Amino acid sequence: MANNIQTAHRATAVPMKLNEAGSIAVSGPKRVTGGTPDDSNRVILELDAVDVFYGDFHAVDSVTIPIREKEITALIGPSGCGKSSVLRSINRMNDLIDTARVEGSIRYHGVDLYGPTVDPVEVRRRIGMVFQKPNPFPKSIYENVSFGPKIAKYGGNMDDLVEESLRRAALWDEVKDKLEQSAYALSGGQQQRLCIARAIATSPDVVLMDEPASSLDPIATLRIEELMFDLKQQYTIVIVTHNMQQAARVSDRTAFFSVDVSGGQRTGHLVEFSKTTELFTNPRESQTEDYITGRFG
Amino acid sequence: MTAATKRREEETKRQVERAIGRSGIDWTSVWFSGALVVLLLTTLSILLVLIADILMKAWPTFQERGITFVTDGLSLNPATAGVFTAIVGSVMIATIVAVISFPIGIAAAVWLEEYAPNNRFTQFVDTTVRNLAGVPSIVYGLLGLAIFVPLVRALGLGGSSDGKNVLAAGITMAVLVLPIVVITAAEAVRAVPYSIREAGFGVGATQWEVIRSHVVPSALPGILTGTVLTLARAIGETAPLLVIGVATGYFAPAGDATLADQITGPYTALPVVVFSWSRQTQAEFANTLAPAAIIVLLAVLFILNGAAIWLRNRTEKKW
Amino acid sequence: MTPTLTIEALAGDPKRRRKERRVRTLFASAGMVSIAVSILIMVALIGEAWAFISQVELASLFTFGWFPRRGFYDIPTLIVATTLIAGIGMIVAVPLGLGTASYLAEYASPRARRWLKPTIELLAGVPSVVLGFWALTFISPEFVQRLFSAAPPFTMMAAGLGVGVLITPLVATVSEDAMRAVPIDLRLASYGLGANRSVTVRKVVVPAALSGIVASLILALSRAIGETMIVFMAAGAVGGALRTANPLEPGQTMTAAIAALATGSDQVAGEGLAFQSLFFVGLLLFLITLVLNSVSNRFVRKYRERY
Repeated sequence: MANNIQTAHRATAVPMKLNEAGSIAVSGPKRVTGGTPDDSNRVILELDAVDVFYGDFHAVDSVTIPIREKEITALIGPSGCGKSSVLRSINRMNDLIDTARVEGSIRYHGVDLYGPTVDPVEVRRRIGMVFQKPNPFPKSIYENVSFGPKIAKYGGNMDDLVEESLRRAALWDEVKDKLEQSAYALSGGQQQRLCIARAIATSPDVVLMDEPASSLDPIATLRIEELMFDLKQQYTIVIVTHNMQQAARVSDRTAFFSVDVSGGQRTGHLVEFSKTTELFTNPRESQTEDYITGRFG
Repeated sequence: MTAATKRREEETKRQVERAIGRSGIDWTSVWFSGALVVLLLTTLSILLVLIADILMKAWPTFQERGITFVTDGLSLNPATAGVFTAIVGSVMIATIVAVISFPIGIAAAVWLEEYAPNNRFTQFVDTTVRNLAGVPSIVYGLLGLAIFVPLVRALGLGGSSDGKNVLAAGITMAVLVLPIVVITAAEAVRAVPYSIREAGFGVGATQWEVIRSHVVPSALPGILTGTVLTLARAIGETAPLLVIGVATGYFAPAGDATLADQITGPYTALPVVVFSWSRQTQAEFANTLAPAAIIVLLAVLFILNGAAIWLRNRTEKKW
Repeated sequence: MTPTLTIEALAGDPKRRRKERRVRTLFASAGMVSIAVSILIMVALIGEAWAFISQVELASLFTFGWFPRRGFYDIPTLIVATTLIAGIGMIVAVPLGLGTASYLAEYASPRARRWLKPTIELLAGVPSVVLGFWALTFISPEFVQRLFSAAPPFTMMAAGLGVGVLITPLVATVSEDAMRAVPIDLRLASYGLGANRSVTVRKVVVPAALSGIVASLILALSRAIGETMIVFMAAGAVGGALRTANPLEPGQTMTAAIAALATGSDQVAGEGLAFQSLFFVGLLLFLITLVLNSVSNRFVRKYRERY
């Protein structure tokens, strides 16, 4: 099943959409492939010579990526190349690991996220995150979405906010009658969309996604990809994926990482960063070409 | 197919059948398994004999006295002596234990698991807790005798017992069970998957908000199980109480004793009554009253243990 | 969304951060309580123990028996009795505990295990005062005195058997945990090579779980040494004891010596250095069990790390 979808997709290069019945139909109106991102989009996040260390271990070496507003930026590369480390340093999730250390600078709207007066808690509210495995709280669907706004002292109507967030995450119709039920009763794909709703409920302007579909089946994956395409009208999305087709389908720009094995350490570094169409059709680096054509990794 | 090949195939088939068929009995295996069953049954029968023996000894008391054995207080007359005074003492001690050791123990566990940096000092604290859990209970009695009894006296709460009261006993027992509360609570907190914490941090919660809203609620069943077992331990302990001067003989609580008098005055507890009755010179105390007191004590403990097991089974959830 | 973000916007709410710090401090101080308790124990024990050791005539530490109110503090009496009773307890608990653990971990069906394990835990929850009473009123007359007709009602044998019953469930539960921590792959590998269950348990599971099993035994030994009520009630010798290594005679362990002194009269403070000797014995007991527990914890950590 998985192979069929992907093969079909690649062969026709026409995006697919789930119809109401849940079966897969080929349709035209939405171009899921990023295509031609607008260079006039403002740079909202600037990663400038970012290094990530865990204790003595040098995980990522000098990564520089400008991330533009309302685009989907994909980070791809073989496992262990540090793409997740980079993603987690953007919302200072790495702070939670005792030994983690980030060097270089990450500027968000021009403000250095690692500045001395910056509160990582505040950063995470503005830069939301969706994790590899769906991780809803063991609480009701409603509480899952309302938790973030509640702790941020959201002043408006919570019911409306929950509904709005669930609608944006394309989950409202499926859960509107069971908001008080446990989030654990949902399917994996629904749980992941709930996590997306939870992430956007705090009205962030950037959403980080760490392999958001890697534990889902192909149909659920497709729904998440479609959702990302919708979300990018409003949010800036950075996604880590090990699925190249996924990066090609959804992202506007792609950063390809690789890993150097030298001196017993495995240090990841950025090989190439460009528009997704260019990177996949006409890579500048031979390493990139090897990877996307399957000769490596 | 020639007759020869057919014969050879038949022969092979017979050989394979012999090889993989059951071949005799592996006596070592039988012996070993049999020994295990015997050992298990022995362990179980010890429990059975223990309970049956004590129930039989206690039976006459319950037959003659019925519920009055539980509602009567201490007495020098075996015909009217009951465990009520001891139950009051045990309940008061357990209450003090819960009030002191639960908040401190759970907070310490949360600190160890959630806040403490992964360094040598934290390891030292962790090791200290584990070592304290292994200190013999009578040593805690000496601690109570040297520190908590004088402390209660110094605070002016010594009352008619000169500090040998449930306050000193409660503090001593609270300190005794504290490491157990920490260890069981820490285990429960550790069992909460990291992804739930990540989810909390991911939407911009502070550490305390993550702990209060997600970690502690998820760990609560495990924490409760631990605390219930801890209470059982505190109720069953005898030795430290003997050292810090629990009344092992008869004492007469005044008929109009206020709660304050009961708290600051002399006291006894369920296990202590078992001990002191078992060495009374009047035979009835040792032969029938002590076993009856044991049954009351075991009933209380089995209810607590049952509650803990029920809590654990009810909440063994999958993440 | 404002086009330019200021550094202040990312500084967060100072009130929230202050609260965070306060909570953290509060929890950290709770964590420090365990250290405070350790220090208190040391202070409480060492002060009086030092008073004892500096005032006592050293010769009275090695005499013929433990009679603190008469000034004879023969420490070997207590050590011999403690060792003897703990030893008897271990002889009972090792086979019973390990056998039960092996059966529970490797043989019992999940359904049988569901009620066997709580039953064993129930036995673990029986307070020592109950076992003390039982050792005195059942084990001694129905068992020890039947086997050895010359035995008096209070014997170290009866106390030792009672201690064995006390620590059996401890050995069983801790060892069972260690055996269950052995990865299923190891068992499958053994079965894959054509081994049956008995061989797998003896040659694969037990060796793999050895450090956990050893930990359970050391822990049990430590509990046996630190146990008070059973020996106090069943081993007799309330006032004092002569030094003897005969299990069919009364004896006094370190713990029983403390309990006996504390309950011997309404005032713990007895004659001479009796009160101080309590703390000296307590310190000795504390140190012995501390060493045993540290060793046991080290073994536990070993098997936790391995799997």
